[in-house]
Amino acid sequence: MLRLSDALAPVHVRLTSRAALAVAAMVFVGSSAMAAAGSAHDSVVTILIRWAPLLLTGFLFNLLISVLSMAVGTLAGIPLGMMQLSPLRPVSRLGYYLTQFFRNAPWLVLLFICVMLLPFEFRVAGLRIPFPDWVKAVVGFSLPAMANVSEILRGAVLSVPTGQWESAESLGFNRRQTMFQIILPQCIKRMLPPWMNLYSLITMSTVTASVVGVSEMLTMTAQVHAAEGSRPELLAPLYSFAMLCFFVYAYPIGKWTEYLERKYQVKD
Amino acid sequence: MQVIYDWFLAFYERTGINLSFIYDNFDRTRIIKGFWLTIELSMITIALSVIVGVVGAWLKGARSGWVRHSVDGFISIFRNTPPLVQIYFFYFGLGFMLPRVMDPISGTMAPMVTNFQWAVLSLSLFAGAFNIEIFRSGMEAVPRAMVEAADSLGYTRSQIYWHVVLPLAFRNCLPALGNNLVNLVKTTNLAYAIAVPEMMYAAKQIWSDSSNVREMMIFLLFAYVFLVAILVYGLNWLERALRIPGYGQMGGR
Amino acid sequence: MTQPDRGFVSLRDVHKTFAVHKVINGISLDVARGETICIIGPSGSGKSTLIRCINALVPVDQGSIHLDGIEVNTPKLDKLALRRRVGIVFQQYNLFPHKTALENIMMAPITVLKQDRAEVEARARALLKKVRLEGKEGAYPGELSGGQQQRVAIARSLAMRPDVMLFDEVTAALDPETKKDVLTTIQDLARDGMTCLVVTHEMGFAREVSNRVYFTEGGLIVEHAPPAEFFSNPQDPRTREFLSQVL
Repeated sequence: MLRLSDALAPVHVRLTSRAALAVAAMVFVGSSAMAAAGSAHDSVVTILIRWAPLLLTGFLFNLLISVLSMAVGTLAGIPLGMMQLSPLRPVSRLGYYLTQFFRNAPWLVLLFICVMLLPFEFRVAGLRIPFPDWVKAVVGFSLPAMANVSEILRGAVLSVPTGQWESAESLGFNRRQTMFQIILPQCIKRMLPPWMNLYSLITMSTVTASVVGVSEMLTMTAQVHAAEGSRPELLAPLYSFAMLCFFVYAYPIGKWTEYLERKYQVKD
Repeated sequence: MQVIYDWFLAFYERTGINLSFIYDNFDRTRIIKGFWLTIELSMITIALSVIVGVVGAWLKGARSGWVRHSVDGFISIFRNTPPLVQIYFFYFGLGFMLPRVMDPISGTMAPMVTNFQWAVLSLSLFAGAFNIEIFRSGMEAVPRAMVEAADSLGYTRSQIYWHVVLPLAFRNCLPALGNNLVNLVKTTNLAYAIAVPEMMYAAKQIWSDSSNVREMMIFLLFAYVFLVAILVYGLNWLERALRIPGYGQMGGR
Repeated sequence: MTQPDRGFVSLRDVHKTFAVHKVINGISLDVARGETICIIGPSGSGKSTLIRCINALVPVDQGSIHLDGIEVNTPKLDKLALRRRVGIVFQQYNLFPHKTALENIMMAPITVLKQDRAEVEARARALLKKVRLEGKEGAYPGELSGGQQQRVAIARSLAMRPDVMLFDEVTAALDPETKKDVLTTIQDLARDGMTCLVVTHEMGFAREVSNRVYFTEGGLIVEHAPPAEFFSNPQDPRTREFLSQVL
């Protein structure tokens, strides 16, 4: 299905990103101005320049957590998705309930459970392996990622036309051969846009790790705030800066996902 | 009812599994209040986010390029920034800028907008941004041929919109809209971070007092999954009730 | 080994119901080896389902289907053995979009029959030549026209060296120019001695190529005769009505 907006895509993208950046910049400048108004302290820009390296390191840590969670979640989610598609009813039921359970659970609750209930270290063959909070957070984010990847896989397999199954069966392929040689290769393209969308959501949610004490960007923002005398007017610019970082990372990913979606649709 | 409560107290003494939110009056009240607040928060944000979605989708069809691109900018910002930071920005960042008013009940100076209200505002805008996209694509997925057919039958523009486009667009959107609303209910959980006494906050208070972290966490998990499952079930029912035979997706195996 | 009173492909009193709808109401037919038959009839008369029953894609509720001694409708059917003997071509071609034309043809003999790759490749190239698509070995289905895709689909089924070929309205999704190529391909196959069961709307093709024409309606065979007789002198009033509508 071709949309009229596709024809205007290049112009559309430029104007939208301009608009978005304009609004973001306005928010940023506006709140900074308010903060700076009538104050004898350092200006917001000075403060941000001073602390930017630290905050950006924190941001990179968020990205690390997001990449690891997505990797683990995908590795676990694909077998779970295959379980949902199994012709053996007990296996598919189990896969279904596990998927639904972890999809329906709020991510913050899962995070809390992982951080609070998992042990702080492992003892394996006499060796003590520490299990730091941020790794527990990765586990916490991998669980909903896994469930969503499972659903994405299931959706992709179901979207392959029945004719493919029929002709494969008529040529004598058994179920396993059909799945791995014919159906799954066709699914990869279909899975990419929702998968990237999921990655974006996971990245956004990594900031909730601050609530359970992981030292990522938001925690550091609070520390910076305290270091600057806890002036309340600094909060808006500081949070705007955090939002700006995520925006700059997520926006291109979102646009590329849209491009992939369109590309796939037109071909069909 | 007291019999049940006593049983659970005995259960605790027997097994060490402390479900104080059942047998203890105070804890039970706290968790029930939290539960209802979660529901209240969810329902208000769902309603407001749908309104934001409808208004935004309508604005996106505006003639003025500025209006259209502003809406796009709004959507872009709320989709590409973390909802938790959005909540913090509203509550901490903007909240302090508003004047304090005299609270008639307690007689003290209280913020003009409560944390609950900030949470509602922030979450409604967040979910609303996604809804605008969903409503827009639902409308665009209605084949042009239908609009042309209605036009040739003599329908006016607003009649076409109301009788042909909207019913089909609504059915188109339902899966995505339902998904978004489910996500919204899960996201209301974040209000915990600004001390809105929803279910998780209540649970935290209970485990701080009674040291039953493990039990509370597991209960919380199942309580939320249960709530969301009800919503999912309701949405599936709605989708089935509205289904038009032969229209929409047909699955493979 | 063929049983004496049954044809190479033989159906006896086959019944099939989908939910509440009885699609096949007691069909019996026999096809001799090397014969080509055409099945015509209005939509919904059970033709497509019948074809799918013959190669066990759809189980029958009642009745028996034999294919050169293989009993198709038993639960213990060796599906692989059946599928080696029967090839089927669908209306929607159903080529695998992520493989080239040559790979589509080669896949099943290599994976399912475990035949030698070099030998299969040679056979595949010969088949592409036979369906007049020489030079399209490296093309993906998306790059081919409907008619070309359908001919690749025919070659793909032929690669398994079946004894019987089933065709389910294979030209219905094609435009008139490309239809002719596909029909000619089927005609060549029939002339070479392949046993063919062709469900089709193409009356001209039925008249020219088939040994017998079967008319189905309401899940039953109403009439069947050699084409000359069938088209010039239909016996049953339902047949006459159908023919008057389509000719």
